[in-house]
Formats: sequence, structure tokens, C-alpha cells
Amino acid sequence: MTARAQAFSRAAVLAAGFVFLYGPIVVLAVMSFNASRLVTVWGGFSTKWYASLLSNAQMLHAAKISFAAATASAALATMLGLLAAIALARFGAFSSRMLFFGAVHAPLVLPEVVLGLALLTFFIALGIGRGFMTLVIAHATFAMCFATVAILAALKGCDPTLEEAAMDLGAPPTRAFVLVALPQILPAVVSAFLMAFTLSLDDLVIASFATGPGATTLPMRIYSQARLGVTPEINAISTLLLALVAVVLTISAIVTRGRGRAW
Amino acid sequence: MSKGARLSFGRRLVLAAPYLWISAFFLAPMLFIAKISLSRSVLAIPPYEPVFSRTDGLAGWIEKARALNFDAYRTLFTDSLYVESYLSSLLIAGVATLASLVVAYPFALAMARAPRRWRPFLIGAAVAPFWTSFLIRVYAWIALLKDEGLINHALRALGLIEAPLPMLATTGAVVVGIVYSYLPFMLLPIYSALEGQDETLREAAADLGASPFEVFVRVTAPLSREGVVAGALLVFIPATGEFVIPDLLGGSSTLMIGRTLWNDFFSNHDWPAASAAAIALVLVLMIPLLLHERGRMTDEEARR
Repeated sequence: MTARAQAFSRAAVLAAGFVFLYGPIVVLAVMSFNASRLVTVWGGFSTKWYASLLSNAQMLHAAKISFAAATASAALATMLGLLAAIALARFGAFSSRMLFFGAVHAPLVLPEVVLGLALLTFFIALGIGRGFMTLVIAHATFAMCFATVAILAALKGCDPTLEEAAMDLGAPPTRAFVLVALPQILPAVVSAFLMAFTLSLDDLVIASFATGPGATTLPMRIYSQARLGVTPEINAISTLLLALVAVVLTISAIVTRGRGRAW
Repeated sequence: MSKGARLSFGRRLVLAAPYLWISAFFLAPMLFIAKISLSRSVLAIPPYEPVFSRTDGLAGWIEKARALNFDAYRTLFTDSLYVESYLSSLLIAGVATLASLVVAYPFALAMARAPRRWRPFLIGAAVAPFWTSFLIRVYAWIALLKDEGLINHALRALGLIEAPLPMLATTGAVVVGIVYSYLPFMLLPIYSALEGQDETLREAAADLGASPFEVFVRVTAPLSREGVVAGALLVFIPATGEFVIPDLLGGSSTLMIGRTLWNDFFSNHDWPAASAAAIALVLVLMIPLLLHERGRMTDEEARR
């Protein structure tokens, strides 16, 4: 093969790959502006589905619940993940480190159905009423594991001698950590928060198990309607969520720019 | 620091919050479903017995502990629904893993051989959809695959088919959904294995008379093996326990264990059976991981 033929086939493969990845999303976004209810008929440009979305009280309530739960659980998950990462990176081989390490990493591999089921039976057995609180607890637990891994990777990348130097110069360990290590891992902490936020916002399975009446999340609403087929309103809310992720990704790309990805 | 070292008070304070949290909301619930899996299903709230309570005293606990049994696990083997769900999950996940390998490998190769300054942008763009909602990405395929969907419409407009092809609510749709949803998991490890390869090895093989095909088969492919294995595990493991994809894209005959579990729990209220199935699922998924880890350790020892 000549170099030119190679470059051409490479471009063709890349084009096919990106069409496969982005095609369905683009179709969805275009359909949300389609005046016609039918997928295959272009009824002209319209924003009426967005308008009808704004008057859908159930959907709006679910969106509020989802954003509140995502904010609360991401804040919790980031704090817990930061502490867990510090312990795993800096405390050496403390007793029961293996158990802690395993417990923090296991939810990353376990099927969500198993996690959800375990949490639900647990809440019921303890007589904890399911609702917004249990939803936040479940999401924080799940997202904390992702946050730990992300922050741990960043902590391992920072030079411990800088902190040691600060301590040699008289800074107590906590102060040395806050002033020296924390600024270095801050991008990873911000990324961990955003990751936890999107995980919570997106989750259907764990939320279905952990939440109760009155705290139905947006993915649960989308799912129950999607089971019945494609509707323009779902296309509209999906497009809004896709746009939101695009904005968040851009922000996180700017925050972590030049420092390498945190995970 | 020696193994099992004691931590200072301040350090214990830092560790306490995440440790207590993960113990209370992960370890305890997992132990709890392990216990339920040994109980018997009854029509009550909670729908299983025995229920241990503080008022029982030690003798009562021992008495109740005798009632624990492995019946729920026996059901897993005798109830054909579970056996079929597991086998069908493994099969669907296996086929989907192979399919995503076929899709991801050329894609990763094309990115790894693209001009160096383009590569970060290409891989970033390929992984970006992964950050968008999983549910929405699966949902997007309904509009493409359904009878009045875009693909059937296009095929009919081209005169290739007369009646719409049934694509939605098939096992094939589930495979497509898995490939689409988990592609970045396959793409990233293969890309990094290919991108890190020493170019001079390929040049040397070519100089010694190997055709481009031979270079690929004897140099490029073997050197990317670790990336392929890692990618396959990262797709296969979550795909096996998948719920959303078979539920939205699969038909009523598409059996997958995640879905069976969900139904067992929400519709049939058979907690012991669902718990036993969950524990079994965890074990089934851990086996390939452990085998992979053991293989890696043996490789490392062999290299030493």
C-alpha cells in the first residue's frame, strides 16, 4: 500500500467510527427540533417540544430532584473520596487497608442491579423510609468510589518531597497538605466532583432501587416514557442534557488543561 | 511503615468518615443480601424469614440460624429461568465483546497511526460521548432501529427491502446497544497499547521483507494483546449484568440476568432468590477478573 492509500483508508475508518459514535446522538438532537412526531418525516423546524416540556410539571419536578440529588451526592462523594484517597495514598499499610481498598473498588465492578438491590433490602430492613435522603446516600456511595480512584491517581502523581520540605520548614502535616498537595490535586478534585455529578444525574438503576415515592428522578421518568417508544418531548429533554454535558466537559477540559487528565 | 501499623489519632480521624460510610452503605448491605440469600421466601414484610431481632437473645438467634439454608442457591440451578438467563447473558455479552473488538480495533489503529498532534483530539472526541447519559444514548437507538425508524426508512427508500426489517426488540439490537455504549472501554486500552508501540519494530520487520499484512499479524497484533484483553474485560463484565440495554432494545425473549433480577425483585418479590442470584452474579463476574489477574502475575514472574 502506498502512503497515500494508507492515509485514505485511515481517514475512512476514522470517519466511519465517528459517524457510528455521534450519528445516533445527532439524529436525536435534530429530531427534537422536528415539528412532526414521526422520525422519518421532517415537519419543519420547531421548538414546540421544548415549550411543552416546560409545561410538563412531572418532568420539571423530576429534573429538580435529579439536580438536587446530583449536587448533594457529588459534594458528599468528593469529600469522602478525597479523604479515602488521602488515606490510601499517604497512610502506608495500615491494618485493614486491604478491606478498605477492596470495599472502595468493588462497586466499580459490581453490576448496578446488585448494588441497588443490596441498598434497598438494607434500607427496608433498617426501617429507613426511602426517598430523597436514601437516593443521595446511594449515589454518594456509588460515586465516592469513582471519586476516590480519580483523586488517588492524582495524589500518586504529586511529589511527596515538596510536602516533606514544608514540614521540615515547620508546617504541621495538615497545613503542609492543604498548602502544598491540595493545590496540585485541585483539578482532579474538580473533575471528581463533575464525574460524580454526571454519574448521579445519569443513573437509572440504583436510583430506581434507592428512591421512594415523591423523589422520582429524571432518568426514571425518561425511562418509563422511553419504554413506550420515542416521543418528541423525551428527545427535547435528552438534547438539553446532552448540551449540558457538552458544557461541563468543556469546563473540565479548561480546568485540567495542560495538567494531563486526572484519570 | 510496617504492615498493620497503627495510625495516629489525626490519621484515624481522616480515615473514619470514608471507612464508616463504605462499611455502612456498601459492606453491610452486601453482607445483608448474603444473609437473605440463605433465608426462605415468605408472604410478609420483609418477605423472607428468619428475621433476626435484638429481643431474641442468643438462644433465639441460634434457633433461627438453623433455619438458614442454601435452597435459594439450589433454585438457581433447578429453575430454568435463572440458568437460561445466566447462559444467555454470558453469550450476549461474549458476542457483543467480540463485535466491539471488531469495531474498536481498526478505529484505535487509525487513531494511533494518525499524525501525532491530532491524536489527543481524536481520542478525546472518541471518548466524549461516554460522558453523556447512558440512558439517552441507548434511547437514541430506538429511533434508528424501530420498524418506522430511520434505518428501515432508508433501506426502503433505496429499494433494498419491501417490508420493514424487525430490528428493535431483538437480541441483535441488544448487541448493537452494548457495542455502542461500551465502545470507549474497548477503544482506550487498545489505543494506548497501539500508540505506545515502538515504530522501529515495524520498520525492521518490513526491512526484513515482511508484507504489511505480515507486519500486522506478527508485530502489531501480538504487541497489542494486553490492550485487547483489558478492553474485552472492561466490556464483558458490565455487559453481563446490564439492565437498561436489554430492557429498552431487547425483546421479551431476550433473557439477561440483570433484567431477570430486576423483575424478580420488583414483580415477584422473591428476595432470597434475587439475593442468591445477585451473589452468584458477583461470583461469575469475579472469575474472569481473577483469572486475568492470575495470568498477569504469572506473566510477571515468567519475565523475572
